[in-house]
Amino acid sequence: MMPGGVMPGGVMPGGVMPGQTTEPLLEVKGLGKCFGGFVALDGIDLTIARGERLGLIGPNGSGKSTLVNCLCGTLHNETGSIVFAGKPLAGLIAHERTRMGLARSFQLPKPFHSMNLIDNIRIPLLYTVNARPGHHLTDAAIAERCDELLTHVNLADKARRRPRDLTQVEMRKLELARAVATQPTLLFADEAMAGLSHSEIEEILVVLMRLNEQGITIVLIEHIMSAVMSFSTRLVVLVAGHKIADGPPQEAIRNPEVEKAYLGE
Amino acid sequence: MRNSVFWGVILLVGIAFIAASRLLIVNEYFYFAGYVVLEYIVLSTAWNILGGYTGYTNFGTGAFFAVGAYSSAVLHKLPALLHGVFGWTIPPVPLPAMIVVGGIVSGAIGLGTGYLTLRLRGVFFAIATLAMSIVIQTLIVNWDFVGGSRGIYIIRPANAPLGGGYIQYLFSLMTLLVVVSIGIARSIERSRLGLGLAAIRDDEQAAEASGVPTLRLKLISTTISGGLMGMAGAPLPYYVTYLDPTSSFNLSYAVNSVAMPVIGGMQSWVGPLIGSILLGTIQQLATVTISSALNLLIVGVLLILFVIIAPNGIVGLVQSWRRKREAA
Amino acid sequence: MFVSLDLLINAIVAGILLGGFYAAVSVGVTISFGMLDIANISQPAFILLGSYAAYVMNGLVGLDPILTGVVMTPAFFVLGMAVYRLYYYAFERRGEQAIQGLAFFFGLLFVGEVSLVLIFGVDYRFVEASYIGPSIHLGFVELPLRMLLPCVCSLIMIGALQLYLSRSFIGRAIQAVSQDGLALQLMAASPTKIKQIAFGISIATCAIAGSFLIIIQPVEPSIGRDYIGRIFAICVLGGMSSMPGMLLAAVLLGVVESITATFYGPSWAPAVGFGLLLITLAVRPAGLMGR
Repeated sequence: MMPGGVMPGGVMPGGVMPGQTTEPLLEVKGLGKCFGGFVALDGIDLTIARGERLGLIGPNGSGKSTLVNCLCGTLHNETGSIVFAGKPLAGLIAHERTRMGLARSFQLPKPFHSMNLIDNIRIPLLYTVNARPGHHLTDAAIAERCDELLTHVNLADKARRRPRDLTQVEMRKLELARAVATQPTLLFADEAMAGLSHSEIEEILVVLMRLNEQGITIVLIEHIMSAVMSFSTRLVVLVAGHKIADGPPQEAIRNPEVEKAYLGE
Repeated sequence: MRNSVFWGVILLVGIAFIAASRLLIVNEYFYFAGYVVLEYIVLSTAWNILGGYTGYTNFGTGAFFAVGAYSSAVLHKLPALLHGVFGWTIPPVPLPAMIVVGGIVSGAIGLGTGYLTLRLRGVFFAIATLAMSIVIQTLIVNWDFVGGSRGIYIIRPANAPLGGGYIQYLFSLMTLLVVVSIGIARSIERSRLGLGLAAIRDDEQAAEASGVPTLRLKLISTTISGGLMGMAGAPLPYYVTYLDPTSSFNLSYAVNSVAMPVIGGMQSWVGPLIGSILLGTIQQLATVTISSALNLLIVGVLLILFVIIAPNGIVGLVQSWRRKREAA
Repeated sequence: MFVSLDLLINAIVAGILLGGFYAAVSVGVTISFGMLDIANISQPAFILLGSYAAYVMNGLVGLDPILTGVVMTPAFFVLGMAVYRLYYYAFERRGEQAIQGLAFFFGLLFVGEVSLVLIFGVDYRFVEASYIGPSIHLGFVELPLRMLLPCVCSLIMIGALQLYLSRSFIGRAIQAVSQDGLALQLMAASPTKIKQIAFGISIATCAIAGSFLIIIQPVEPSIGRDYIGRIFAICVLGGMSSMPGMLLAAVLLGVVESITATFYGPSWAPAVGFGLLLITLAVRPAGLMGR
């Protein structure tokens, strides 16, 4: 069995048959978030289709991570609606959204530092996969799945080590593996490549591409333009809490607003 | 070792301990002092379920403990009250039942406090436990039925159920509570719940994002922890025979239940056991030679020292010493 | 009815004066917890230290307690910086879990209280000053001088602190570090040094607040515990880092406590602060004037 979004029988979590592609996977309307007097997000509309590879870019402080936090339930948005696979997410807290199929990796890796890598992967398996109605993995199946997931990100040889023994890029891969372990339909990869070398970036991109081929819709939030441009099928640009571009990467990039935001007047 | 085997082992050890002490030890003082040490084992083990396993500090141990004691006091006076008001005659409530009730009441308070404050950061929970401790103490001080600030006298029953003196009976019950609390602690450690709690302790946000229902698990942890503390407090009225708010809410319970796991080691059930036996025994011996204030001062200083120098406690020190030996 | 109104107004006035004093007691935590995010639950221990310092000086040389408080401020400032140094070295630097930091301050609180018991015993201690005893009478309203003077001095102290924080370079750096430590680092100012000074200030206020305390009531070591709930209730209710908010919350708490004590008896007073804290945390953690 392959780790990732495709279940036995080809049915994806969220209960939609593979043939049904007309309904968007995620529909966001008028999303707003304030911190005191500061408006972090202002009326964001966004639609994500199944199987897409969406790139989300914007200058520092434009609200990218805030958007991810609101979508995943870590933060509470004051206005707007979020509908995921036909179900409204209002009132659902983070772990419930994860169980519905929304996963994310954190910008600064947040491993469970008192456990080895196997247990780090076991947590999402126990608490997300096994918490969904239907199939329950046995202890043996969980152990096997942990092994598979770690192998896919080339961390199998460090399976019994603790996160403190990992390099930066290995921690990023652990983050992704942990998010993938939840068998998501939609994965937010939040700045997984910051500070990595060229070959390390390639490694992560390969992993993400493979996940997308297996049916997981991916949103890549990044600063590294080369990675975003080569990976994305669509590009969304956020500046100061507003969406200023949304379309095919080459078009979005040539948008004068985007040029202004990145290069100045 | 499988969990069921472990339960069997500690139960046997507990029974053997009770039997051996009854056969071999006649000195009453042993039972009085030993009861206190056993009490601290339960309190530290209970504290560590929320503290060491889940990462949430509880400064209100005294309150949970005293609630258990006072619920027993209420049950003790219940037959007289019912007889006076309704003319009913019911037998005196047996102590094991009081222990269960004490656990339920304290568990409920743990649940309530948790529900109010566990959605906030751990710091606020800790401060809230301090606050709750004083609120409950104030409530009891103003409640005349249990004696208010004047206190209440509890007379020990003439006959102890298992033969021998009543203090031996209390000692035996507390030994069984030790077995129960250690058994529960280890079961949690090895279970899915324990893994979830550890994830919460390590990184609550990441745990939540991985599907762990953090609030629910924290509430379970607080309820179990508070409930065990209440059970430890339930026999107290019969032990002291004079129950008053000042002694039952004594700050030494709060400090010791924090210091013993910190000094022993918070990662597993072993740490609180070591910490409480060590510190508890020292304190019981010291009380006869030095003043109780100096006694508590030493505990406080040790707490600070360990928290700074050896945050993983004695167990942690032993583990790193062993690792150095293997590496050498 | 007329008598009750008389009593009520006096209770409110007493509560306002009490609130002014509570503000002095809480301003340190507004800085350490509200701005630096350090949950210093041992604050009451330092306040009591200030009280006993005033007691000693008052007994030895007959020095006025408030004057003692002011004189002791530099010493307490240095003490505060030392405590922060230790805290930073042991916890902040290592990024340890919050539990160890909390246990540290809890240990300090405890060691502080027990040390005072060992040195001074559990008897109540008080100071003597010309303004302890007499009251000003405005119609039927009574203003005890021993409450009025600390309240006024407290307002002066808080006003001075607010000025310092908003006008001086270090004061503004403290506000900056509370909002964004990274930005401060980029400005080449060291956040650790700034935090050290801020924490020092928070403990320095205890010298003066402690002198107020022993003027208002006789002290013994365990009364510190009653103040933990009050202090943190005021800090949270006041919106954590807002001085005006803290002042408002302090007066509110003072009035509610005073009314409760007058009409329901003084034994309920400690529960008011803590009860208010629990309710605030449960219902509106952002406080009265918070975000």
